[in-house]
Amino acid sequence: MSILAWTYIMVGLTFSLYIFIAWISRVRDTKGFYVAGGGVPPLANGMATAADWMSAASFISMAGLISFLGYAGSIYLMGWTGGYVLLALLLAPYLRKFGKYTVPDFVGDRYYSDTARFVALMCAIFVSLTYVCGQMRGVGIVFSRFLEVPVNTGVLIGMAIVFFYAGLGGMKGITWTQVAQYTVLITAYLIPAVFISMKIAGTPIPQIGLGGTVQTGQYTGQYLLDVLDKLNTDLGFTAYTQPGAKSMLDVFCITFALMVGTAGLPHVIIRFYTVPSVRAARLSAGYALLFIAILYTTAPAVAAFARYNMIDTINDKPYAEAPSWFKNWEKTGLIAWVDKNNDGIIQYRAGKPFVGKPKFVPGKTGPLGQKIVANKLTSSPNELYVDRDIMVLANPEIANLPNWVIALVAAGGLAAALSTASGLLLVIASSISHDLYYRMINRKATEKQRLLVGRIMIGIAVCIAGYFGINPPGFVAQVVAFAFGLAASSFFPIIVLGIFSARTNREGAICGMLAGILFTAAYIVYFKFMGGTKDQWLFGISPEGIGTIGMIINFVVTWVVSSMTKEPPKEIQELVSSIRTPRGAGAAVDH
Amino acid sequence: MSKNLQEYWKKNVTFMSFLLVIWAVVSYGCGIIFVEPLNAIKIGGFPLGFWFAQQGAIYVFVCLIFVYYAYMQKLDREYDVHE
Repeated sequence: MSILAWTYIMVGLTFSLYIFIAWISRVRDTKGFYVAGGGVPPLANGMATAADWMSAASFISMAGLISFLGYAGSIYLMGWTGGYVLLALLLAPYLRKFGKYTVPDFVGDRYYSDTARFVALMCAIFVSLTYVCGQMRGVGIVFSRFLEVPVNTGVLIGMAIVFFYAGLGGMKGITWTQVAQYTVLITAYLIPAVFISMKIAGTPIPQIGLGGTVQTGQYTGQYLLDVLDKLNTDLGFTAYTQPGAKSMLDVFCITFALMVGTAGLPHVIIRFYTVPSVRAARLSAGYALLFIAILYTTAPAVAAFARYNMIDTINDKPYAEAPSWFKNWEKTGLIAWVDKNNDGIIQYRAGKPFVGKPKFVPGKTGPLGQKIVANKLTSSPNELYVDRDIMVLANPEIANLPNWVIALVAAGGLAAALSTASGLLLVIASSISHDLYYRMINRKATEKQRLLVGRIMIGIAVCIAGYFGINPPGFVAQVVAFAFGLAASSFFPIIVLGIFSARTNREGAICGMLAGILFTAAYIVYFKFMGGTKDQWLFGISPEGIGTIGMIINFVVTWVVSSMTKEPPKEIQELVSSIRTPRGAGAAVDH
Repeated sequence: MSKNLQEYWKKNVTFMSFLLVIWAVVSYGCGIIFVEPLNAIKIGGFPLGFWFAQQGAIYVFVCLIFVYYAYMQKLDREYDVHE
């Protein structure tokens, strides 16, 4: 059977499964809608959190990124896992004991202030909305590549599916579909990885294969990482396992901002409100990271295998003998070759082959049948353009795996994008229907009204996300730095202080949050949108890492202002001591 | 807060800080600051610093959460605050 037929079967089957799950877990009350009734077992919540967290970027782009960055890619691996330790130790158990529905809820109640609630609400919506647009785009791209439908149709199908199961089942529907989506995405990630590890390193476990020896070809018997170091240096890149040009302080700050940002992302935090107890919150954070780690420790192995495979099969080989996957991906414009020295041989070197993304001259081919690129060429000897995203998607083809595996990878990519999108949409919907509508506008709203507002908000949020998925703003990539930086500099410090320091008061929290956000936002806007240059960076810290400094500013301002103003009311201090002990968590949920 | 609960909280914070020190050492220490000297040491095919940054730190993170869970289970019972 063809790849296309297999893809329709795989995607059709998995989508039917998601819809079926949504139907049987539809909800009738707000508690079910916001936090799945608070009855999700820790293991299931771990899987749901993992699927919620791992987006199209983790599934499709991360291994490719590491493949090209080598050691420097570690910032993503450590940054996007280390935050779970902070979550499990500093946040999850206490937020679960507090037992309200959303992050703005905690901020508003702990700091007895609707101003604080409103600031937190705006941050939650902004962070989630920037994030969800990228997911919808990811859905569209997978559809267009594997199902041969236009990107826009892909986005519309994705919107319809997400609206159906998030609107119907709320958090409960999302949770159980995410459990299914985790299973799909991890299977789709591991099967090709195992095959390729067998082929290159002779072991079925990719994590061991990464440190193994090459099995065939001219480097037989040498360690894979040694071979990669040598190949990279020979071609003019930084050695694969060594730190590159980024300053250590910058690497430090980016990793820290990603970790703290992860711990502060509302769609991740909200998952810990869905478990039945404090004990379950601690345990499910462990399961979540375990399930994430399965993919995150496989990714660097996939990256190294792909790097080796690519250089080994393409570099310094005649174009006429290039493997079929090379020509397949050339058609999509994600690979391009310019024969700068007219020798008919593909030279892959450090540096960009031409300016920007490839634009082909329509209908024209070179003497060897290659597509002709219209871009301005650079002086680099490099002749090859490879889009980083194809590393995971092309891997099964490179390793000659059967068609059903390729189809499975497509279904996995969709599962990753849809699961993250639905989690984010729910945060937006519950923030508006609960924190804004119920807590601030209509305190007398009935269950039915609140549920209806929640569903309408999901509908509106889906449409906004879909709009940006179809018409992506040019700055999507830049905005991601925003989401993490903002989560790090707004929520994290005041939630931590709210739990660990009973003395922190309303005035401190509001000033701290505003100082952190304004500093971080101003820095990112200046360098990303207003043409600030690298030599103006504060201490050499890039906009991606500035959330770390924003977070420190937030901590300091909150602490200083709190100690200069009067202490919080007695009942708040009692609330703080009550969230520090687990007993009684079950009873506190409704309000 | 009663005296007993203060003691419970203190023990919790102490143990948590200890785990966070390990968290920082494996990621920021072994994976970033000391990556070059550690890369001179090789375990099988892995330069050690590189291994910490792309594999080891993540394994340690997972273990830290489960260790904290187990410790707090015990502590909750000891001070009779468990659910």
